[in-house]
Amino acid sequence: MNENLQRRAPIYEALIRTKRDRVVSFDVPGHKQGRGNPDLTDFLGTQCLSVDLNSRKPLDNLIHPVSVIHKAEEIAAEAFGAADSFFMVNGTTGAVQAMIFSVCKSGEKIILPRNVHRSAINALILSGAEPVYVNPGVDKRLGIPLGMDPDDVARAIAENPDAKAILVNNPTYYGICSDIRKITGLAHDAGMYLLADEAHGTHFYFGDGLPESAMSAGADMAAVSMHKTGGSLTQSSILLTGANMNSGHVRKIINLTQTTSASYLLMSSLDLSRRNLALNGKGIFAKVVEMADYARAEIDKIGGYYCYSHDLANGRSIFEYDKTKLSIYTLDIGLAGKEVHDILRDRYDIQLELGDLANILAILSVGDRVFEIERLVSALSEIKRLHSRDRAGMIDHEYIEPIVDIKPKAAFYADKSNMLLRDAAGMISAEFVMAYPPGIPILAPGERITGEIIEYIEYSREKGCILTGTEDMNVERINVVEV
Amino acid sequence: MELWYSEQHTPNVRFSVKVNRTLYTAHSGIQQIDVFDSREFGRFLTLDGLMMLTEKDEFIYHEMIVHVPMAVKQDAKTVLVIGAGDGGTVRELARYPGIERIDMVEIDREVVDVCREFLPGTASGLDDPRLNIFYEDGLRFVRDKVDMYDVILVDSTDPFGPGEGLFTREFYGNCHKALKADGVLVNQHESPYYDYYADSMRRAHMRIREFFPVCKVYQAHIPTYPSGHWLFGFASKVLDPVDSVDTAAWNLLGITTRYYNTDLHKGCFALPTYVYDVLDGGRDGQ
Repeated sequence: MNENLQRRAPIYEALIRTKRDRVVSFDVPGHKQGRGNPDLTDFLGTQCLSVDLNSRKPLDNLIHPVSVIHKAEEIAAEAFGAADSFFMVNGTTGAVQAMIFSVCKSGEKIILPRNVHRSAINALILSGAEPVYVNPGVDKRLGIPLGMDPDDVARAIAENPDAKAILVNNPTYYGICSDIRKITGLAHDAGMYLLADEAHGTHFYFGDGLPESAMSAGADMAAVSMHKTGGSLTQSSILLTGANMNSGHVRKIINLTQTTSASYLLMSSLDLSRRNLALNGKGIFAKVVEMADYARAEIDKIGGYYCYSHDLANGRSIFEYDKTKLSIYTLDIGLAGKEVHDILRDRYDIQLELGDLANILAILSVGDRVFEIERLVSALSEIKRLHSRDRAGMIDHEYIEPIVDIKPKAAFYADKSNMLLRDAAGMISAEFVMAYPPGIPILAPGERITGEIIEYIEYSREKGCILTGTEDMNVERINVVEV
Repeated sequence: MELWYSEQHTPNVRFSVKVNRTLYTAHSGIQQIDVFDSREFGRFLTLDGLMMLTEKDEFIYHEMIVHVPMAVKQDAKTVLVIGAGDGGTVRELARYPGIERIDMVEIDREVVDVCREFLPGTASGLDDPRLNIFYEDGLRFVRDKVDMYDVILVDSTDPFGPGEGLFTREFYGNCHKALKADGVLVNQHESPYYDYYADSMRRAHMRIREFFPVCKVYQAHIPTYPSGHWLFGFASKVLDPVDSVDTAAWNLLGITTRYYNTDLHKGCFALPTYVYDVLDGGRDGQ
């Protein structure tokens, strides 16, 4: 990595120049450097509004980058060890969709674990590609879905030699990594592309001793959420591609759905975050891991909670664990993860990333300090002291293997009828049902609704999970495919 | 040339002290530490630019944070002090011969070192043989302490910075656990006057009240703190600070003070009406 190059931040520098030149704007946005919206300027700051500009020659254009954005993307590609990089302003959702659209046409198959983010299945609905699900397996005690076992992937490849691509979560929401190097090898041997959803893996590219990143494992494309652990603004993201990809083709695919008015706030935040990570990432993530390890040790002292880490690794479905994630199993104190999550938010003013039925997850990243860790640990100690109860009545939940009756796109666009969810056992869902977070579908379009799934949804509801996905905002009714 | 230290008490109000010279300035890794010398207040210590103590008026704060709870709990043997790196609180505690052990938890060793060098008047307390100093986060220290202390004094910075954790529900809950059944908790309670401070004062008070049946507030006049009107919170599982104080016994101890006295002990719990209103919407809730 060329350190002098990494010190540059071309989009940021161009914005500073534009500000300095005091250019008069007779273009959009209409707030004209904030003057037209004093309340917003007062709230977000003059500096922020003054660089909320539209594409113009000195600032390049994300649709067809030839100058500063092009340069910034080149530098980012170098930082990530990729052949090309594409700045995304439509979230990692946009990046995941661009990956799938780039390699799978309608009717073509893609092999993926079922615990993908909804954005991946949405991409299948839009493209008409056909999912081949690999069961990620589940940790019986924790109730969390794991990674993909390379043997299962090899079997899926053998059964579907016509598949175009394999999608890997690197890592999963909970921090679990598959053996991405081995799976990439399997994909390439079979002539398939390897796509990585690295929404939660930005730091893999910059820290030492962290799981392997997709690009270093030889993947063809990776969607990296810079905003999640890398410090850029929410909704900004980067799509990386390897040497086998045609960058012009990928740019064309991105432009199908991405805005033509890309935000310079988001793009400059990507530029500056990349610079910070490239120059300081090693130190930053060493400190993050140190804080996470400290938190695990302190929480273990409280007793009752189980902080899992690399001890889970089994070489197959859990090849590696991302130690920056602070995942805590809570059922042994008689509280669902979601309940602990809500008590922390409502009574202790501490917001976690997620609480599911058995676990809570705290994300540690570039911005954390040990003071906040002490608060979290002390609050958990108090929650155990004041709220713990007998764990009777807490169900151990398990990964429910989906039964895919028809393709997502066909189900999504099929004639439907609407019925009460509790009466829908045996029907084929035309909609998603998700508990948020993590936003991994319990049901996806085209999948069979079973009694077990209905029971799981009701239990999630009872424990306070936010259910989403159906047209019915209360998720009591569901659209099913008419047969 | 004139050199002035200015503290922004609100976005629209500044408090300034003319400075003779800077004695110390450095960032400890935790906070910015400065010591100045002034004609009006003698030497003074600031943390992150906020006034902590001056040689001239520190006696008011330290006497009031220590003697009010100690007069109520004259038989205290074990005392925990959180913060207090300048030594003033420990200096006042050391005047009680009945105390057997003082644990002081200060997050920033450099504050203690700087005070020893430049503020010997308060730091003199740090040489008491009954004192154990722990350099760690106060929130962390109390987490595993159960039924250990007669008195806990929270001599913290403001709740925006390293002291933030000492104004939280998790901290007060842990203090409740660390106190003995008739123990007393006193914390510096911010000021009722400016909205910004009043809001954190009110939140702290509400949180303490969740854990302690007895929860009262008393006041002192500290010229160099924002508005000059400062509050302390008194919390206990059983002891009322006014009804259960034995003033005659305290006076027999022969502790000479410049601000605190046993008449003031009773009087300082009488608050202005607007302060009652900020605390809990009226006097009945006190």
